[in-house]
Amino acid sequence: MLRAIHAQKGVQLGIGFAAGIFFGFLLQKGGVTTYDVIIGQLLLTDFTVVKIMLTATATGMVGVHFLRSLGLAELHPKPGSLGSTALGGLIFGVGFGILGYCPGTVAGAVGQGSLDALFGGVVGILLGAGIFSELFPKLNEIILNKGHFGEITWPQLLKVNHWAIVFPVGIGVICLLYLLEKAGL
Amino acid sequence: MMDWLALKVWSPYVVGIGIGLLSCVTFLLSDKPIGCSTAFSRTSGMIERLFRGGRVAEKAYYKKFAPEIDWEWMLVAGVIVGAFLSASLSGAFHWEWVPSKWAASFGDFPFTRWWVALIGGMCMGIGARWAGGCTSGHGISGTLQLALSSWLAVTCFFIGGVGTAMLIFKVF
Repeated sequence: MLRAIHAQKGVQLGIGFAAGIFFGFLLQKGGVTTYDVIIGQLLLTDFTVVKIMLTATATGMVGVHFLRSLGLAELHPKPGSLGSTALGGLIFGVGFGILGYCPGTVAGAVGQGSLDALFGGVVGILLGAGIFSELFPKLNEIILNKGHFGEITWPQLLKVNHWAIVFPVGIGVICLLYLLEKAGL
Repeated sequence: MMDWLALKVWSPYVVGIGIGLLSCVTFLLSDKPIGCSTAFSRTSGMIERLFRGGRVAEKAYYKKFAPEIDWEWMLVAGVIVGAFLSASLSGAFHWEWVPSKWAASFGDFPFTRWWVALIGGMCMGIGARWAGGCTSGHGISGTLQLALSSWLAVTCFFIGGVGTAMLIFKVF
């Protein structure tokens, strides 16, 4: 772990900004900062979004677990529960289908000049995040912790070495992408 | 090299591998997964603070996610710049109110698209914080860590997204 670098706040803000530039550049080149491409995915006619997500996941999965084996990275899995993750995920999905961008790609869309992303998407997400912060204490009491399962990962759940999951998932992703190409999608 | 940077579109596999490698770099150099939605919460809190002052920091949610500029906030700022650079290099940058696929089905009146995007954005802002992440934080960074929560989240994102998009485009 490069703890000396992690602890330098100013350097970290710079790294975050630089990583964002690369991320935004890649998203725009991938076409996923465009409403038409994202809606095409949700209408199941254009599989660009899924191809990028699956390739990124497979590549990052192998890389991050390799770094972890070398002691150079730690995992930060998010906690989950049915009340927060599943219900929130469905609400997010409805927003995804209406807006046609997500919080990362909406920023990229702003960068390429999409005004519906700026004045509609960004403003809407800010309002939504504000509404959620207002509702949070009540939601936390009644629903967010329902069906809590915590920060668990597949290898922990199945009690196996992480490579026993990384390899099959990696191969599964490659097979799925091959089938998508084969089907002409 | 410049020719390649000036291309309008790259293969989704090149882009995906790039994002995967970038994730490795952020884990290595920053001990952080890529994610975008908390930046919107923090910004929302900063805006609220302009109107309501310091007591905004007392809200339970902002005790978890302080309304301040952090790593992820800088990442989202960088995304705008990176996408601008990419679009400028390929000549794709242009101001646009109504995306063409929207216009083909619902007309090119900007107000309609703006209003719908605003509603969709609100729903997404609530949902992203409700689920604890978005298509980046859960969809890519969480799934690559093999986190159960993220696999569930991304499944729900697409169930909700596909269902809603189908309803909007096929029914209305």
